[in-house]
Amino acid sequence: MPELGRAALIVCLGLAVYGVAAGTAGPWSRRRRLAESAENAILASFGATVVAAVVLLAALVRKDFSFVYVWEHTSVELPRSYTLSSFWGGQEGSLLLWLLILTGFSSVAVLLARRSARSLLAWTVPVLAGVIGFFSFMLVLVSSPFATQRAPAEGLGLNPSLQNPYMLAHPPMLYLGFVGLTIPFAFAMGALLARRSDELWIVVTRRWTLVAWAFLGFGQLLGAHWAYVEVGWGGYFAWDPVENAALMPWLAATAFLHSVMIQEKRGMLKIWNVLLVIGAFALALFGTFLTRSGILSSIHSFPESTIGPWFLGFIGVVVLASTALVLSRLPLLRARTRLESPISREASFLYNNLLLVAFCLTILWGVAYPILTEAVRGEPITVGPPYYNFFLKAFGLPLLLLMGIGPLIAWRRASLRGLGRTFAWPLAVAVGSGGALLALGAGSSILGLVGYTFCAFVLASIGFEFARGTQARRALAGGSWVLAFAQLVGRNRRRYGGYVVHAAIVLLAIGVIGSSAYDTTGEQRLRPGQSLAVGGYTLTYRGTTSERGANAVELRALVDVERNGEHLGVMRPGKNEYIAEQQVSNEAAIRPDRLNGEDLFLIAEQLRPGGPVFLKVLVKPLVNLIWVAGFVFLAGSLIALWPDAREQRRLAVRYGRAEALSRA
Amino acid sequence: MSLELLLGALLAVAAVVFVAAPFLRAVDPPRAAEPSEEQLVAAEERDRVLAELKELEFDHRTGKITDEDYRALVQPLRRRAADVLENGKPLPEQAPEPAREQHFSQSSLPSSRAHL
Repeated sequence: MPELGRAALIVCLGLAVYGVAAGTAGPWSRRRRLAESAENAILASFGATVVAAVVLLAALVRKDFSFVYVWEHTSVELPRSYTLSSFWGGQEGSLLLWLLILTGFSSVAVLLARRSARSLLAWTVPVLAGVIGFFSFMLVLVSSPFATQRAPAEGLGLNPSLQNPYMLAHPPMLYLGFVGLTIPFAFAMGALLARRSDELWIVVTRRWTLVAWAFLGFGQLLGAHWAYVEVGWGGYFAWDPVENAALMPWLAATAFLHSVMIQEKRGMLKIWNVLLVIGAFALALFGTFLTRSGILSSIHSFPESTIGPWFLGFIGVVVLASTALVLSRLPLLRARTRLESPISREASFLYNNLLLVAFCLTILWGVAYPILTEAVRGEPITVGPPYYNFFLKAFGLPLLLLMGIGPLIAWRRASLRGLGRTFAWPLAVAVGSGGALLALGAGSSILGLVGYTFCAFVLASIGFEFARGTQARRALAGGSWVLAFAQLVGRNRRRYGGYVVHAAIVLLAIGVIGSSAYDTTGEQRLRPGQSLAVGGYTLTYRGTTSERGANAVELRALVDVERNGEHLGVMRPGKNEYIAEQQVSNEAAIRPDRLNGEDLFLIAEQLRPGGPVFLKVLVKPLVNLIWVAGFVFLAGSLIALWPDAREQRRLAVRYGRAEALSRA
Repeated sequence: MSLELLLGALLAVAAVVFVAAPFLRAVDPPRAAEPSEEQLVAAEERDRVLAELKELEFDHRTGKITDEDYRALVQPLRRRAADVLENGKPLPEQAPEPAREQHFSQSSLPSSRAHL
């Protein structure tokens, strides 16, 4: 059915072109029907993309090798469960997934805004249609997933690294994040095109931004866990260009989520917020460009292709056009108020923004530098982890500290007496924790000790925020502590959901610091029967086993693990030899200790059946808190996202649609 | 014509009909009037001032603001809130000043405590 897939994408492209033309002409000439037909074009583009996606999925499930894409990314022996991940395992399929999510999100945004922000929607539609148009153009004319050939008997198979359950969730989550950032961008541009000075676009896109940001954040953690268990080098984040590509828009979106609160509460930072939305969207496109163009070498990226210049051109158009629009609307974006004091909640948000953006820009520079040096000198100069780690410490530690300081300071301004009262307990907890950790030997890493002291401060600050808030609520409304706590959180979900997310970041920091500043490593060539002692563990190599899996030969080293004379079990690091793909993948063995969050991580290299092994051993304290942080992050995001009926009623009154809301 | 091409053509026709639907109806359904941009900005300012009052009250109750700071900050905010509520237009924001005289009774404002 390749013709149907092609036809569906051509229809989608036609609808997008119409959406741009009618979506611009409609509000320009104040012709309501024209504007509504442009909205319908967005909805119809989703239907057309669904048809194209179903055609490709059906071909993948049937292993129809007459589709070049199916032949390149599946094989007869590929397990059915990984057929789905081969949908986005290649360039053309991943672009189709982009378009599918984009048209889906755009359609939902159009349907919701029809009820709540009709006047803003009119100018938003051509922006959405423009982005849809670019991706459908790429799929129709540059990188089609529906190219055909005479069907070979066997496919080339899927990259072994992608044959992992995490690959079923990690890429779609990142795409949901990347694509989700289109919606706030489109509404911000729509507001500027309509010359609006109100903040309706922020209200309409508040949840979209949070959803995109949460998907992007959780998707990155899933990717980190995939790298940890599958890639087998013992780490979870390597400052790979494609990992950075996902981190940069997340940092920009994080900055926006904080600074937009200042605009909502104090009417400030309007220009800054629009620029952050543009930046986050442009960085999401840049991330897609990095992965799809093959311009940089990465485990995640696709082979070099012709789509790079198109992406670069589109990013250039987006950045130039949106910046020009912002400049032309500067009078509308002037703030009505000023920062009253450098010691206030809004000031702490501003410092947080500056650090986040500075960190984001240093990463961008590190990613762009090899590309620029290759363009200028003819050979790339790679920027390695030491560069990024330096800036992670330089910006990350102050950011961590600010997470604890911000909630303790009042809006507008704070006096020294007030600060002393709110800071006393968190500071005491931090100093006490730092002292205790020093006594326990954590002073072996000064930065680690400082980081943990900051973590204690932030956790104490969050704990006291919840405690003081609950106390105040109970004093006002009475009832039990539990009821007061529930009411406190329920009445201000964004704030307390945000605090839970902050707690997740602290858990992440504890895990990262523990596993990087206090880890133990060892490596040795072992013959059967020989032992190696690392970090309190004794590891004895017993020999090898070999099994035929579904689509690979699985060779494993058998390693006995003991600690303090107690036998803890047998670990099996090794490698898989994939038959159809003719590739070998490293298969690490990991033994988590649920009591202290520590992992024993084994890598078996130079392994031959019955022969010796070169065993690498890593003991990573507290690393499992990183994965726990993912679930806490998700819980905090859900609390912040959960609809608040009181808030909805207030907004309905504000935007004059109480009647419409009561009918809905 | 193959089945695939026929399905593709049907998809295109369906898309055209769906997009043209607004032009095909005889009468446009009534649409609720939306507030003007000026009204929206005023409503946003009203909500912002009331939210600031709530925040101030909350910060005071949780001990982040001393009694002196609270008194100095609450007066100009109340003036702004009263102006927004009575006239629908906000006054330009002023820096907080020491309390001198209350121009209106506290009961004339919506209770911010109820939202705590």
